[in-house]
Amino acid sequence: MSIVPPAASPDIALPDAFRRWFAARGWAPRAHQLALLETARAARATLLIAPTGAGKTLAGFLPTLTELAAARPRTASTGHDGAASGGLHTLYISPLKALAVDIARNLERPIAEMALPIRVETRTGDTPPSRRQRQRRYPPDILLTTPEQLALLLASDDAPYLFASLKRIVLDELHALVTSKRGDLLSLGLARLWRLAPQAVATGLSATVAEPDDLRRFLVPQRAGEVRLADLVMAAAGAAPIVEMLDTKERLPWAGHSARHALNEIYDLIKANRTTLVFVNTRSQAEMLFQELWRINDDALAIALHHGSLDVAQRRKVEDAMAAGRLNAVVCTSSLDLGIDWGDIDLVVNVGAPKGASRMMQRIGRANHRLDEPSRAVMVPANRFEVLECRAAIDAIAANAQDTPPLRTGALDVLAQHVLGCACGAPFLSDELFDEVRSAAPYASLARSDFDDVVEFVATGGYALKTYERFARIRRGKDGRWRVANPKVRQSYRLNVGTIVEEQMLKVRLVRARHGAQGGATGPIARGGRLLGQIEEYFIEALSAGDTFVFGGEVVRYEALANDEVYVSRAHDSDARVPSYMGGKFPLSTYLAERVRLLLADEAAWRGLPDQVRAWLSLQKKLSRIPRPRELMVEPFPRAAKHYLVTYPFEGRLAHQTLGMLLTRRLERMRARPLGFVANEYALAVWALGDMSLMIRQGRLDLDALFDPDMLGDDLEAWLAESALMKRTFRSCAIISGLIPRRFPGEDKSRRQMLFSTDLVYDVLRKHQADHVLLRAARADAATGLLDLRRLGDMLSRIHGRITHRALDKISPLAVPVMLEIGREAVYGEASDALLAEAAEELVKEAMALD
Amino acid sequence: MTSAMPIAHRETRTLTIAGVDLAADLSGALVWREERLLVVSDLHLEKGSSFAMRGVLLPPYDSAATLARLAAAIARHDPRTVIALGDSFHDGEAHQRLPVAAREALAALRRGRDWIWIAGNHDPALPRDLGGTVAGSIAVGPLTFRHEPTGARGEIAGHLHPKARVAARGRAVERRCFATDGDRAVMPAFGAYAGGLSIRHSAFARIFQGVAFMAHVLGDRGIHAIAAARCC
Repeated sequence: MSIVPPAASPDIALPDAFRRWFAARGWAPRAHQLALLETARAARATLLIAPTGAGKTLAGFLPTLTELAAARPRTASTGHDGAASGGLHTLYISPLKALAVDIARNLERPIAEMALPIRVETRTGDTPPSRRQRQRRYPPDILLTTPEQLALLLASDDAPYLFASLKRIVLDELHALVTSKRGDLLSLGLARLWRLAPQAVATGLSATVAEPDDLRRFLVPQRAGEVRLADLVMAAAGAAPIVEMLDTKERLPWAGHSARHALNEIYDLIKANRTTLVFVNTRSQAEMLFQELWRINDDALAIALHHGSLDVAQRRKVEDAMAAGRLNAVVCTSSLDLGIDWGDIDLVVNVGAPKGASRMMQRIGRANHRLDEPSRAVMVPANRFEVLECRAAIDAIAANAQDTPPLRTGALDVLAQHVLGCACGAPFLSDELFDEVRSAAPYASLARSDFDDVVEFVATGGYALKTYERFARIRRGKDGRWRVANPKVRQSYRLNVGTIVEEQMLKVRLVRARHGAQGGATGPIARGGRLLGQIEEYFIEALSAGDTFVFGGEVVRYEALANDEVYVSRAHDSDARVPSYMGGKFPLSTYLAERVRLLLADEAAWRGLPDQVRAWLSLQKKLSRIPRPRELMVEPFPRAAKHYLVTYPFEGRLAHQTLGMLLTRRLERMRARPLGFVANEYALAVWALGDMSLMIRQGRLDLDALFDPDMLGDDLEAWLAESALMKRTFRSCAIISGLIPRRFPGEDKSRRQMLFSTDLVYDVLRKHQADHVLLRAARADAATGLLDLRRLGDMLSRIHGRITHRALDKISPLAVPVMLEIGREAVYGEASDALLAEAAEELVKEAMALD
Repeated sequence: MTSAMPIAHRETRTLTIAGVDLAADLSGALVWREERLLVVSDLHLEKGSSFAMRGVLLPPYDSAATLARLAAAIARHDPRTVIALGDSFHDGEAHQRLPVAAREALAALRRGRDWIWIAGNHDPALPRDLGGTVAGSIAVGPLTFRHEPTGARGEIAGHLHPKARVAARGRAVERRCFATDGDRAVMPAFGAYAGGLSIRHSAFARIFQGVAFMAHVLGDRGIHAIAAARCC
């Protein structure tokens, strides 16, 4: 059985008390809610795919509630320790602790109203130790928690006792959980649960995804040689959303992501609706838009700001105000992609690129949690390319096409953390644990050698030079079982569990500006100003004194970094010079990119585009060429004593950055003397001193060779040796795997200045043991993470032999947007020495000027 | 935008300190050619195993990596005397944990040379059986070599692990450096796992009486002289 026909008779499925409860509220149980009761009765794992507002959570809990109600006399108090407990019955896991808390509140209602003898508790990072203790000894019937807390529970001695009675596992927002390393950790936790409680059955709750089978595999133990799937229940789709693109009266910008041109129109939308969610892609965009909206807020509308860098208390306040209906609008980032239901949101405005069709649908789903009414959304493209992307996204939504990423291959660093956790609980046998791990879908094809390397890594570091036997963290006893070497290891595991590696944050303080110190960083600054908040260290590291940026809703000037604090002053210019926090987190999805390419090539479809955009594309057609869907178009042209090469892969900024790095290396070898490059989501521009157009004409620069996929060989190797992005990737693997503790036992705060730099460890390890398991883990991350290597590889194969080039004598219309990014975005491709040499040269110039 | 400036590929760069011309080597060593003297600071040998003892199993290759770089610098300059300017070993027992291969490599480097171990805060009580001479500090002509800088004229010190960060156009480069104002110098740490302290930290302002000093920054292919005030 795969798809349950949603026609089960309510009389059979739903006990009387529940039917009366539904009726009293004027509700009828929905077909998918009844279907879940059926699969639960047959003890079958089930994936429920349902749109927002379909009563998904209640569907997930109904089997638990009815089962517990039937098993207990109704006269028992609904109270606490008094209720006769049969042990933990249902474990609910959510990606957000706020969501767990909210669900607990929502569950209390049916439980209280039907006087069910069921005890519900939450367990999050905020749960006090006394309650945690009690939960282990006297488990509630239903425990609501997060993947990290589950890992901690599993790593304790009482895990077998605690979970022995477990019947049901409910995984909420599964589509969001499985896309990250948290999903890997959760899958390993599930595998452990299946061993401790073979009778436990998992239910996954998910938004619509591209490949439901991936999630169905996640929910059942896998066996070698066969794919096992959970049942699938699809709820009826809600009303189709009404999605429009803002047809701006203003001039559409060529580049940039601020959408300032549409500010008044966005404001009017907010004014015309009761409650609007305004989504943007980055925190800096959120900051900027929030500030600008308030500048024109003549009607004193209640507009709030919500993003991940804001203080938690501040965010909670905004969420509460929103839930209470006191706000007209919230400007937010993906920090609100998931989360508690807010009821009445009339409109979602998405400013900037949609990036992915599924992502956009989930955002739109945040509006109007009533199933039978259509959600309304307006997309506001910030530039001309984003118009194409918005059009493609609207078409994709109309076709109900999904582009969620495929299921991950389980990461080895997460496995290392899990192995250590297992050793912290009951001692394990390698063979048994290997089988158990392979029952988790992301690890179903894990090689035994990789598993053994991970165990060796956890024990002694996994080094070819075996010098750490005496410092082993886990040891194998005479019985062949691995156990922790000492209690300190256990303590350290508890402090470092989890897969979210926080960026290093620095405190930002507001001080008075230094006078007369233009650009230079001389003279003392006043210390100890007002604390504004915290900011990522990597962002600050790339700033020079005098750079301005937006923080906490205002423009500030970077003064200095001293003793681990960032000093800023109020800036009086209204333009922040450094606009982005490393751009958006998500690249343009492959699917949407494909649609944009098709849209470009299909002239008939241009009719659906605004006049300005149509005119722009027509001009491109006249002056150069419109790229065909499967080809890579390259436009070389001269400009201001330099030679440019602009190309349009449409593969997202991350893949383009990697491509840019590799191309400049090759161009250097081909003696084109490249100077730098800049990338956006759609295009890449490289510039050089050499006349690349002439070189192509004379056959000295072969474009097929330049874009040959073999660049992912030696060139990539050489670049990875020094890539800062690769080093960041490695750092996160080192932390997740437990090589490097986030926190040392006995230390309250995570220490900012680690006692050694992971970059140095990376350099040494790479030179001395290039195939070390941690480097393998980092490389696997690089394939999909910050370097997006897999996508680059796919693109290079796709365009191989399909490169067209148009030699131009000036910049083409299509090239303008990426060229405008120069000076706005970080410029890559310069060797470190070039930057240092330039700084040294400034000194020479200064000296000469004095003469 | 990006300049077309040719990059000076210099393996060494002359620093004049208290009237003495010294060659700063790209590896982080300092060479006094007339005296055939080579100085390296803060090797922090066996830092990896020092952490391993506390449960942080860093790759055990740091001593080998550090000594290989030292061997290359020694081969380049063929000094008669080598000064290890303190914190040569990461902790008091580190020399006992030195792997056999590293021990032999060190012995080979010492052969035929005077070797002076200056004591540092990590290795205040160096054993006599290391080979070479153990000292608290040593004066040669107008220069004094000691581990912790005091700010005295003619002092070559280590201890602080100076690093410089230069930022331009949304990109930053951070590297080890020599810090000097012409009267005194602080050497970069040589050890593979030795981290760094920004030259804009107040510890440097104390030694150089402010920010009027230069960072000689170790790039990939050359050493770059950059005013400390330009660094962030």
